[in-house]
Amino acid sequence: MSCALSVRSLNVRLGRRDVLRDVSFDMQPGEFVGLLGPNGAGKSTLLKAIMGLVAGSGNVSRVGRRLADMTPRQRGRELAYLPQEREVAWPVSVHTLIELGRSPHRNGLGPPREQDRLAVEAAISAMDLGNLRDRSALELSGGERARVLIARALAQETPVLLTDEPAAGLDPAHQIALMSTFRNLASEGRSVLASLHELTLAGQWCDRVILIADGSIVAEGPPDAVLTPSNLATVYGVRAQISVTSDGLSVVPTGLV
Amino acid sequence: MKDGISYPLLLAGLGLATVVLFVVSLLTGPAGISFFDSLEALLSGRGGAAAIVMQEIRLPRAILGVMIGASLGLSGAALQGYLRNPLAEPGLLGISASASLGAVLAIYTGLSAAFSLALPLMALAGAVGAVLLVRLLAGRGAQTITLILAGVAVTSFAGAMTSLALNLSPNPFAALEIVFWMLGSLKDRSMTHVWLSLPFILAGWAMLFQVGRALDALTLGEAAAATLGFRLERVQALVVLGTASCVGAATSVAGAVGFIGLVVPHVLRPLVGGQPGRLMPASALGGAAVLLAADIAVRVIAPERDLKLGVLTALIGAPFFLWLIFKLKREAA
Repeated sequence: MSCALSVRSLNVRLGRRDVLRDVSFDMQPGEFVGLLGPNGAGKSTLLKAIMGLVAGSGNVSRVGRRLADMTPRQRGRELAYLPQEREVAWPVSVHTLIELGRSPHRNGLGPPREQDRLAVEAAISAMDLGNLRDRSALELSGGERARVLIARALAQETPVLLTDEPAAGLDPAHQIALMSTFRNLASEGRSVLASLHELTLAGQWCDRVILIADGSIVAEGPPDAVLTPSNLATVYGVRAQISVTSDGLSVVPTGLV
Repeated sequence: MKDGISYPLLLAGLGLATVVLFVVSLLTGPAGISFFDSLEALLSGRGGAAAIVMQEIRLPRAILGVMIGASLGLSGAALQGYLRNPLAEPGLLGISASASLGAVLAIYTGLSAAFSLALPLMALAGAVGAVLLVRLLAGRGAQTITLILAGVAVTSFAGAMTSLALNLSPNPFAALEIVFWMLGSLKDRSMTHVWLSLPFILAGWAMLFQVGRALDALTLGEAAAATLGFRLERVQALVVLGTASCVGAATSVAGAVGFIGLVVPHVLRPLVGGQPGRLMPASALGGAAVLLAADIAVRVIAPERDLKLGVLTALIGAPFFLWLIFKLKREAA
């Protein structure tokens, strides 16, 4: 009952295709979970279905309360979601964009309160954006924009954070900074679910990984138990060099099976 | 980049420009009344010729200029923000075209000659019909592309019906009256027009001003905005109904006045740091100022020829629109 996030029998049908089939899993407070799977496996749809952005059957609850029973604002204070599409429509400043993360916490049209300001500043420093804060978000590079949007989700300060391929397009240093930010959130007792393509990032930073293929969970557990040669061969169709290092599990795909 | 110039200063400047242009509009006209005489006539209770000119001709004209210009600027900003497209404009949803059709039918059937309020009332009915049709075609909580397509369909149909009315018009005078009405003008409007359109315009403003925060969040796309606590279905309903209410009422008293709703938000956007929510009040004031200026210009440029307001805004707006497209193209390159 007291899971940070509990997903039960989620099914999603888009057109005539079953995109998700009977997906169930739990997340505990303080857990950083990687969502893995090949292109088209249903990772993005799973995250959207949890957020109620695509219609499906099943039940998602947080600490025993169904998300479907919450108002959008209440949901916005419990779960943050970072879409894969890094959309920014207007030339607003980086600071303004990050401040949008405070929307579910703010009432009416008043100016931001002290706690809003602090959350925004914390997100800016976590994503190393201090020198970009007054720039227009449309003038940034792809990786910079990605970090700004992550900061927006961090500023939301929710107990649960769902992110869709947050590491894509980041340079190695910012990938590592991102992973360590997620680890820090987890150590504060929050729960992070991130879809990832880089298996080594998942192997080194995640407490647990969920491997999905064709809309169903294939394996779930600690990285070294899930990222096995046979799972990688059946799900991704690759051979991989798997080694345990002092930093965790390293998985380097070396060829097709 | 800072978030534009000081926002309160911008609003104050636009507000001041609107007030000044409002006064200039009151002082502009063929009657040639001096500054102090006209102000005295405006405020006096006596029914002299100057008082009639001021109170019954120029005052409603200036008030309608503010109401209509602000409606066009505000709804243009709201639609651009909602659709996340700088080329959106208030006519996009088919409301202006359908209100025009209602007015054209009033002229065509002779109803407007028999009963002068028949024209704005039928135009309002046209706007109501358009919004119902768009909502019916697109469905509640429709995707934005469906909404745009429904608007295009309604616009084309209303345009076709208007052409049919012109085609079948009983005599050249009726056709000329229809064409002249469609060009858009604030000439010879009375306080009755103000009172008739005011409730709809205020209702439209009230709806549009509720969506500022949601439009800001939509900068991040629909999925992100929905997860930031906004009900997008409600936002869409407010934007569509708010635009229909104020633009429908505006079109019903003044005809179609183009380009203000497209151009004003676009010009002001960089000055408010790009935020749609801040753009809306600025764009409302800017729209009012531009419409007043254009309505003064038509009286000054060709006092004898009854130059139409919509013609002037299109003459200035169309080249600007081209420049806008080239600018967008350069930015994309």
